[in-house]
Amino acid sequence: MESKKLDIFGFFYKYGTILVTILALLYFSLTLDNFLNFNNVTNIFRSVSIVALIGLAITISLTIDGFDLSVGAIAGFAAVIAAKFMVIWGFGAVTAVIVPLIVGILIGGINAFLIIKIGIQDMLATLSMMFLLTGISVTFQNGSAIYNFMPIPGGGIAEFTMNKAFLFIGQGKFLGIPVPVYIMLVVATLVHIFLNYTKHGRYLYMIGGNHEAAKLSGIKINRYKLIAYVMSGFLSALAGVVLAARLGSGEVDAGSPYLMDGVAAAFVGFSVLGTGKPNAFGTLLGALLMGILLNGLVMMDFPYYSQDIVKGIVLLLALGLTYYKMKHKG
Amino acid sequence: MLSMKQISKSFPGVQALTGVDFEIKPGEIHALVGANGAGKSTLMKILSGAYRATEGEIIIDGNRVEINDPTDSKRNGIVIVYQEVDTALVPHLTVAENIMMDQIVSPDHSLFVRWSDIYKEAQEVIDAIGLHIEPKQLISDLTLSQKQMVLLGRAVYQKAQYLLLDEPTAPLSLTETEKLFTIIEKLRNDGMGIVFISHRLDEVFNTCEKITVLRDGKLVDTYSIAKSSIDKIVEAMLGRKLENAFPQIKEDIGEKLLEVKGLSGDGGIHAIDLHVDAGEIVGITGLVGGGKTELCKLLFGEGKIHEGEVRLKGKKISLRTPHDAVKAGFALVPEERRKEGILVEESIATNLTLPTLSRYCSATLMRKNRIKKASLESIEKVGIKTPHEKQLVSNLSGGNQQKVVIGKWLLSDAEIFLLDEPTKGVDVGSKSDIYALISELGEAHKGVIYASCEFSEVLGLSHRIYVMYNGTIVKELITADTSEEELLFYSTGGTEFGK
Repeated sequence: MESKKLDIFGFFYKYGTILVTILALLYFSLTLDNFLNFNNVTNIFRSVSIVALIGLAITISLTIDGFDLSVGAIAGFAAVIAAKFMVIWGFGAVTAVIVPLIVGILIGGINAFLIIKIGIQDMLATLSMMFLLTGISVTFQNGSAIYNFMPIPGGGIAEFTMNKAFLFIGQGKFLGIPVPVYIMLVVATLVHIFLNYTKHGRYLYMIGGNHEAAKLSGIKINRYKLIAYVMSGFLSALAGVVLAARLGSGEVDAGSPYLMDGVAAAFVGFSVLGTGKPNAFGTLLGALLMGILLNGLVMMDFPYYSQDIVKGIVLLLALGLTYYKMKHKG
Repeated sequence: MLSMKQISKSFPGVQALTGVDFEIKPGEIHALVGANGAGKSTLMKILSGAYRATEGEIIIDGNRVEINDPTDSKRNGIVIVYQEVDTALVPHLTVAENIMMDQIVSPDHSLFVRWSDIYKEAQEVIDAIGLHIEPKQLISDLTLSQKQMVLLGRAVYQKAQYLLLDEPTAPLSLTETEKLFTIIEKLRNDGMGIVFISHRLDEVFNTCEKITVLRDGKLVDTYSIAKSSIDKIVEAMLGRKLENAFPQIKEDIGEKLLEVKGLSGDGGIHAIDLHVDAGEIVGITGLVGGGKTELCKLLFGEGKIHEGEVRLKGKKISLRTPHDAVKAGFALVPEERRKEGILVEESIATNLTLPTLSRYCSATLMRKNRIKKASLESIEKVGIKTPHEKQLVSNLSGGNQQKVVIGKWLLSDAEIFLLDEPTKGVDVGSKSDIYALISELGEAHKGVIYASCEFSEVLGLSHRIYVMYNGTIVKELITADTSEEELLFYSTGGTEFGK
């Protein structure tokens, strides 16, 4: 009797998130006529692409038992840099992509330095970095958004515009599918391979699992922590570039809402397939699950301002599965 | 008198205890022994209310009692002190508050805490059992052994009639152990019934009146200490006769492998000169706090070297991180297995292949079949008892976990094995397996540093012994020409033995 009960829970633990996703898909496609059409499906994928990228950044910091709270701020900063380079300074698309990415890597490096060398707790170091970057972003854009033909403080309007090729990253389509979706899928696949099939990925998980034992097995833990935060910074900046290209401007504080959604996606991801660990596939599915629910509910006239209720419930359920299992194992 | 009758306990898939009878009499110290996994802790956890027995009954002074949770247990006068003392103490509160914790948190307590009373009552408890701790000291400033004593103080304050001690002496030094026994004996004389779990049989024979042996979740028997012997008990624990515990080690010693000169560094290590030759097993002993753990860590690049040089096969090497040490050919089996040696939530295979992972990769991609092959080889070689290599290490016994830690280094090309208390918390059966592995390392012409404060082990399984005291080596001895007495003499700071 007891073992049978356990099996049902075990099944839910492993497949619960996937099951809920499928059920949601079924329900919406049966009740809503145009839910499953090509446009809406690509729309869902596109809408979650930035959350998924940010979620993947957080996922990597979670593997080493760290936590990068600066991801949203890095994305926002990257978006502002891209816009400023193009609209104000007239640089081309390549510069507007590469500079923000380099900045993201550098910020990841600074985070790692604060955490490893100075010894500040990960959450606190990246929280400070979040404030700092948000402030720098707003200052850097003189307090207002950066957009085509914006008025310039000295008089007149901005000389340059957002580069067309750059905008393609966020707004373009290839074979009918939005470019951000490709970026999301490629990055998720790469991160998945990195974490699960390379020794580097395994080292990251080992460091997160038992820092001391990993060190005494000869793993260069500081180097791998640096790698984790640099990757997190890089992916966040990439998300920021996609964001700027999609919005066609550098908005004030555009990145910060993505922090919480990314965190939710990453933690929902813990429960996918019962891994109980941060994982790329789970994060992607977590982001998608949220996207599907929100999209479907909005189409059913669920008020958009109540979306956070859905996010909260999904996150609680997923965390419930993960932590209940952790508490009652063996 | 407390009796447990026909106690059985099953977990899903495991029968932990089968029909065990056990009795504790007031004014008696009763040892509970058995190999790892024999069911000692499970039996005690049933008494303390952490587990519920599947079958059987508990009778105290003729009345049947139900123990469903820790509160029931406490109400019946049972107090348990686990080995992990920190789990039961609040570190940033004072000794007095920790001793009196039950009273402070009790619902009948008045709204305001009367501090003068708390300190006064705590002082009374402290005096009653002869502790040397100030009631106003913070727990976080105490040593591990002092923390244990605070817990004993709490038990006295709670008027415990039955005290369960789960391996209290395992982490203690000799002097600390003696102090603990003084207090335990005092508690016994005051009429407490004490259960004492320990792997150290010599202690048991010095302190206890009775001894109960469990094996594979079943009761073997309860013996009177006066009418028993260590050999007999070991036989009962193993279910077979114990052959000579230590394998014969070969005298085939080769060129100089490791040479350390004038080494000083973190952890109070200073002026260390030592050498280890190929095929040589070198014991490092001393009391807890003598510095052997710190020396092993320092040689493994964990901790900063201030002065001195380390040469491997004549070549000077730099040891700034454990990574450097592994690259140079060192392997460390650390003292704190669960904290430093293994990843409990990972599989045996993942643990075994961690230091050598690069070898099973091509272009940094891990090859599952290579990992499996290497793991199975290692499992076979060190004799880990497991159905498959994907088993989580947390499901293994202490002895098998330790074999995983040793096994992971056997896969590497390590030349120097630093073994820090490799048999700590390991059952008797696995101990002889580990001795055999160490002896094989010698035969394979590796250099072995065998650090242990168990003199009998170091004497049984080494060519030479260095004795450490206060962070430095005070004596080098040839194993064949020395004795436990001599080791103890130098370990405690003696300078000229036999004079």
